[in-house]
Amino acid sequence: MKEFVYDSVYLRREDFEEGRVLFETWDPNARYAWDAGVAIGRYLQELKAGRLIGRSCPECNRILIPPRMFCESCFYPTDRWVPLEDTGTVLTFSRCYVTWDMVKLEKPQIPAVIEIDGASPGMGIMHILGEVDPDAVAIGMRVGAVWKPPEERTGSINDIAYFRPLAD
Amino acid sequence: MNGNRVAVVGAGMTKFVRRAQETPKELSWEAAHLALQSCEMSIDDIDAVVIGTAPDAFDGVHMKSEYLSDGCGGWGKPVIRGYVGGGTGVFAALQGWYHVASGLFDTVLVVCEEKMSSCQPHPQAAFLTIFDHTTERPLKPNLLWIFALEMNAYMSRYGLSKRDIATVSVKNKRNAVDHPAALLGDPDITVDDVLNSPVLAWPVQRLDVSPVTDGAVALVMSANHVARRVTDKPVWVEGVGWNLDTAYWTNRDLSYPVYVEEAARMAYEMAGITEPRKQIHIAEPYDPFDYKELHHLEGLMLFDRGEAPRAAADGVTQRHGDLPVCPSGGLLGVGNPIAAAGLMKVAEIFWQLREEAGARQVPGSPKRGLAQAWGDLMQVGTVIVMGI
Repeated sequence: MKEFVYDSVYLRREDFEEGRVLFETWDPNARYAWDAGVAIGRYLQELKAGRLIGRSCPECNRILIPPRMFCESCFYPTDRWVPLEDTGTVLTFSRCYVTWDMVKLEKPQIPAVIEIDGASPGMGIMHILGEVDPDAVAIGMRVGAVWKPPEERTGSINDIAYFRPLAD
Repeated sequence: MNGNRVAVVGAGMTKFVRRAQETPKELSWEAAHLALQSCEMSIDDIDAVVIGTAPDAFDGVHMKSEYLSDGCGGWGKPVIRGYVGGGTGVFAALQGWYHVASGLFDTVLVVCEEKMSSCQPHPQAAFLTIFDHTTERPLKPNLLWIFALEMNAYMSRYGLSKRDIATVSVKNKRNAVDHPAALLGDPDITVDDVLNSPVLAWPVQRLDVSPVTDGAVALVMSANHVARRVTDKPVWVEGVGWNLDTAYWTNRDLSYPVYVEEAARMAYEMAGITEPRKQIHIAEPYDPFDYKELHHLEGLMLFDRGEAPRAAADGVTQRHGDLPVCPSGGLLGVGNPIAAAGLMKVAEIFWQLREEAGARQVPGSPKRGLAQAWGDLMQVGTVIVMGI
């Protein structure tokens, strides 16, 4: 099959530094304003008040977080708001040592999926862990939300500063 | 009812490189031109064109397939673009299949192209908008997070070792040495090299990951009567399947790709495969990360859950093993120009079943193989089964 591989031209750093190739650049300046929607609008209001909330499906009885107005499994409208705890269990996590554009971080960020107490099993949200030794984090660890002070909350997932291990 | 019989009759590709001088259109033309040449057809013999290419944001070009179409031979023809993220390369072949199986067209040119290098400073920027704009993006997530979270869930569920998983990266980078289009073939790489490479997002390390790549791949697919005329070695499409999981990814069990299993079941049923471990002789599962090859082998039901890493470490998936896996060198070795990488896997099955893979040829004259790709928010599986 070798004869059916085209010998494309591999550009190297020197080709640019020494001006052997030409190129054009563009910096997009795209701005968006996303409406939170019905379910997530309420979710954000509750976050501002320092609470987590889910929605339940009358067909499968799952309690869903993030909340949604329909159950994607039953394809049926959800019908009830359910207050949830602000504690949970680490389902999975990482220790990330790079930014999105591959710049090295000395202190790792610890993203995690956290199963929220009061929601159905496996119902997690993504957040960050803090106040914890990165090497001590484990799947199954119990964690709780650390809320920003009420006056600093804006109705955002960032109204929870991070989750930290529960004292016991 | 599986429709009319469809064959792959030709394949061509560009070299996979870190940054190509060619524009996306030029890369597309190079691959399409060679695919047509490989079966001695011209663009006039082609009834319709399928284009596979991943996010427009890589190129900063709106409706990228319309931009690409001239290089893909689409001028004055029925053209369609399929896009299911990383699953696109195999999905494009599935679209080529149903264009012909439906009876609508006799010949289809399938072209997949990706030029990731245009996106500065890093093409990861093009992926960041996949996270939910209200509940996730304010956390400033990094694409590597979701793979690290999935890999950790997989490893923890089954108590897997990084050393076993790293053997996949070693195998594929060594296999790629024999691929004339490969970007990252390395005959000397060891498991310790992988384990000692920089940690990006634990448990993901530098050498667990496939590279940013530019490249294009093309196939010619045809109906039975055309295939018989243009080649004495048609490779038949025996089964296709695809499936999508929920985008509420934090509500899923990340340790098992159930959507890959559903896609495989669809393809196996169409192909009449009841015992995939006996009936599939060669596999090209999607391997953008070393653990993904193993995760997908389990989803494809070629190994029990949690068993693929041990089998890989024992050599079962080597080119001369009982089930050769990614004999091409895969995304880890040949490179990962997203949509083109998936179609490269289909092309590899084509060349392997025709025994035209040269130094990469697996022994024992394989009669049936599959290619699989994966993408979106870790949620799509696309599968094609081909045989001679």
